[in-house]
Amino acid sequence: MPWPPARSPGARRPEREYEKVAAPKKGRSASAQSRPGRSLALILIAIAALTGGMFVSGHPTPRLGIDLAGGTSITLTAKNEPGQPNAINKTNMDTAVDIMNRRVNGLGVSEAEVQTQGSDNIIVNIPKGTNSKQAREQVGTTAKLYFRPVLATQASGSDASASPSPSASSSSSGNANDKASSSSSPSSSATPSATATSQGRAVTDALKADSTPSASSSASASPSSSASPSPSGSVDPATAKLQAAYAALDCTDKAVRAKTGEGVKPTDPTVACGKNSSGQWQKYVLGPAEVSGTDIKKAAAVFDTQSAAGWKVTMDFTSSGSKKFADITGKLAKNQTPQNQFAIVLDGEVVSDPYVNQALTGGNAEISGSFSQTEAQDLANMLKYGALPLTFKESSVTTVTAALGGEQLHAGLIAGAIGLGLVVIYLVIYYRGLSMIAIPSLLVSGALTYVLMALLGPTIGFALNLPAVCGAIVAIGITADSFIVFFERIRDEIREGRSLRPAVERAWPRARRTILVSDFVSFLAAAVLFIVTVGKVQGFAFTLGLTTLLDVVVVFLFTKPLMTILARRKFFASGHSWSGLDPKRLGAKPPLRRTRRPSAPVDTKEA
Amino acid sequence: MSKLGTLGARLHRGEIGYDFVGKRKIWYGISILITITAILGLTVRGLNMGIEFQGGAVFTTPKHMSVSVTQAETYAQDASGHDAIVQKLGDGSLRVQIAGIDTDKSDQIKETLSKDLKVDSEKINADLVGPSWGDQIANKAWEGLAIFMVLVVIYLAIAFEWRMAVAALVALIHDITITVGIYALVGFEVTPGTVIGLLTILGYSLYDTVVVFDSLKEQTKDITKQTRYTYSDVADRSINSTLVRSINTTVVALLPVAGLLFIGGGVLGAGMLNDISLSLFVGLAAGAYSSIFIATPLVADLKEREPQMKALRKRVLAKRAQAAATGESLQSRVSEESYDDEPEDAAPAVVGPRNQPASRSRGRGRPSGKRR
Repeated sequence: MPWPPARSPGARRPEREYEKVAAPKKGRSASAQSRPGRSLALILIAIAALTGGMFVSGHPTPRLGIDLAGGTSITLTAKNEPGQPNAINKTNMDTAVDIMNRRVNGLGVSEAEVQTQGSDNIIVNIPKGTNSKQAREQVGTTAKLYFRPVLATQASGSDASASPSPSASSSSSGNANDKASSSSSPSSSATPSATATSQGRAVTDALKADSTPSASSSASASPSSSASPSPSGSVDPATAKLQAAYAALDCTDKAVRAKTGEGVKPTDPTVACGKNSSGQWQKYVLGPAEVSGTDIKKAAAVFDTQSAAGWKVTMDFTSSGSKKFADITGKLAKNQTPQNQFAIVLDGEVVSDPYVNQALTGGNAEISGSFSQTEAQDLANMLKYGALPLTFKESSVTTVTAALGGEQLHAGLIAGAIGLGLVVIYLVIYYRGLSMIAIPSLLVSGALTYVLMALLGPTIGFALNLPAVCGAIVAIGITADSFIVFFERIRDEIREGRSLRPAVERAWPRARRTILVSDFVSFLAAAVLFIVTVGKVQGFAFTLGLTTLLDVVVVFLFTKPLMTILARRKFFASGHSWSGLDPKRLGAKPPLRRTRRPSAPVDTKEA
Repeated sequence: MSKLGTLGARLHRGEIGYDFVGKRKIWYGISILITITAILGLTVRGLNMGIEFQGGAVFTTPKHMSVSVTQAETYAQDASGHDAIVQKLGDGSLRVQIAGIDTDKSDQIKETLSKDLKVDSEKINADLVGPSWGDQIANKAWEGLAIFMVLVVIYLAIAFEWRMAVAALVALIHDITITVGIYALVGFEVTPGTVIGLLTILGYSLYDTVVVFDSLKEQTKDITKQTRYTYSDVADRSINSTLVRSINTTVVALLPVAGLLFIGGGVLGAGMLNDISLSLFVGLAAGAYSSIFIATPLVADLKEREPQMKALRKRVLAKRAQAAATGESLQSRVSEESYDDEPEDAAPAVVGPRNQPASRSRGRGRPSGKRR
């Protein structure tokens, strides 16, 4: 490796050795020479394909986070209910997310997204243009699931406009029955409930015919069920108001539905809407809540293989819940339809209205009917949510106006441009011609980062937020550093007197190792941060990790091949003073070295 | 520009050689001093924790507010019943910070405030943080820090050796202490952005250290087979030879961060960009310093305690004494010479056949060569 092979006494030998060295390299460089073009083509094709995919997928820009696009972002932290230490787990959190999604999107909020973050947080992102206050109220409150006795019910809205005439009722009979039965007795035959099949909605319709003529008739209905949990006074103003509300309720109107049951205490009777099994909206007058969602221990959708009754939902109650449930079912069973029904009300909406034939005392119950699998699972999930032993607390609420979001995005982009510009200037000054490799590499890296961010938006829900922008800007340094390591190695080799092409091939393995080792550390930091941390830190860690990976890809598939190709160019190979590889400039001055080490006897050794 | 180029080249040729390892005591001293100052600052002054860590609300109004700061302060205090801090930002918008309020009450405060300031409440940016959220972020960050340190020590111990792992860890803790200390002393506000910046320093500081260690490992591979240089000499050469890269890396890393800082501080006035870039800036500078002045000398120190290395040092010193006696003058600047072949050995993929002659030649005199 010493340097001037031709001039020193032992010159021949180094030459030979050089050949030896070159020999293994030949295989290498042969492949390297066929490879650079291929790698370049590969990465360019990859970029083209990804870009194509980006446009095809219809997301040509990265999805922006709330802090850049404007909107409200709410972080909810789950808390265990007392006595339930291990309630924060993935299943419970996922159920909670489902329900919250249902609530937020029930508001008519478009594209609100709800997702878990870390082990115990739920992030709700509500884009700008929606009433953030209302949305906050929706997610901020704990979901309320109650079992309320049905006092009266009828179809509602324009679909049901014909229903006031009693004749219209007969249509929906038979198929629409939900019923609750006790599953405590092993054989289904033992439960008398199996007998009363053709009731449910059909009967409901019949009643509706009764109740329509005047509000008063249904008012009379509620006090009449003597044992029923009806409001305290029989004909107090509250009841009259309830009746008025019931008469006026139009469940087909989404806005009306969203408002229905707002602010009603569980101990008060209320009106509510729900969809019946034929998909029509049905309105209800409901008594005070008898059993609440927290009384349910668990719920599941099961396929009944024994009686071939299809999908059903089973519920287990807690000990206090069993008692309450036994009480209410005992009372309800004595009543006529629809007052033998109870409504399962989630957030003011009736999700199911099974009827009861007998007191169910076993601490568990099942709801059967003509459920499809999804229907049964949905209902079970809703019941589960009531049973979730979790409460959620708002940890942080960030509201960003669209104006500020745009400004921050703008500032981030300018900062990135300035940063990139400064780095490019530095590279040009210091590395001159080599910056012809460094700058395209940076650009390729930037393009890949952008495209991947755009693609990851729809696929994994990645949203570009301010910390992520910071991460990307910081990553410019890491990416540029890989080139610096590589270039410095090449320069080392040139200082030793090698010509450019062998210098590149020799420098690469070492630079490669350094790049891999240091990128690994950087990636490790990003990965640990991403897994462990929450909130904004995570977005940052994600981009940092992504760009570190891309850095490796770009250096291997783009920078190195490009260097190999350009090394053949005369401009670089001859060490033009602007190429950044001028041996003289780099200090490869054999005479100087010789004078410095006059006594070095063996410095002719090529290695 | 050519000046820069030649400076780089001179650095590389060892013409600018600095005895990092030899003068390590000075740098250790300086670092210990800085660390003590940082710890003192931390205990005496404490960190100025932002609203995100105390719980509270930050409201930012639209631009060009006509209301004065004191007026806005009064409004905010009336609305919340708590002390409020109001800042006027560069673009004329107001930043109202109210500590210690609950997230539930914030809506109400926002409404009142928007009425007082005569702005549409939907146009006010609000950042409401529950008191436990900041703790959660901070705790998770510490957790991440701890896990990362353990993993990185394991990784470095495997990829290099435990001494390097220890030295890297010391350097890392050193960087973080200094950064935190500067925050305490200057009184910069600590926000989640600061934490992000601090955590990035982890990666970066080690990144830098790892590159120096990589070169050190290469060059010391066969150190016991020669008698010219002690471990410290080689370590010194490693630092000097990677100095150019370290400087370039730091400059290149600092440039974008400087861009961020300029934009974050100059244009936006305050916020995430500013917080991240400030702590990054401080941390990066500390990181570059520590990998050169602390980590590598520390490795050399640790290594020199190994019996093998002690023996080597004895041999080297003996040889040097002998050489001096026989009048054969060695170069005075050891670091100028390259203790060379090793680097090549370390790249087996290329240099396979070269190794033998290299190691044969090693014992005798100075193989010429390659400077790392």
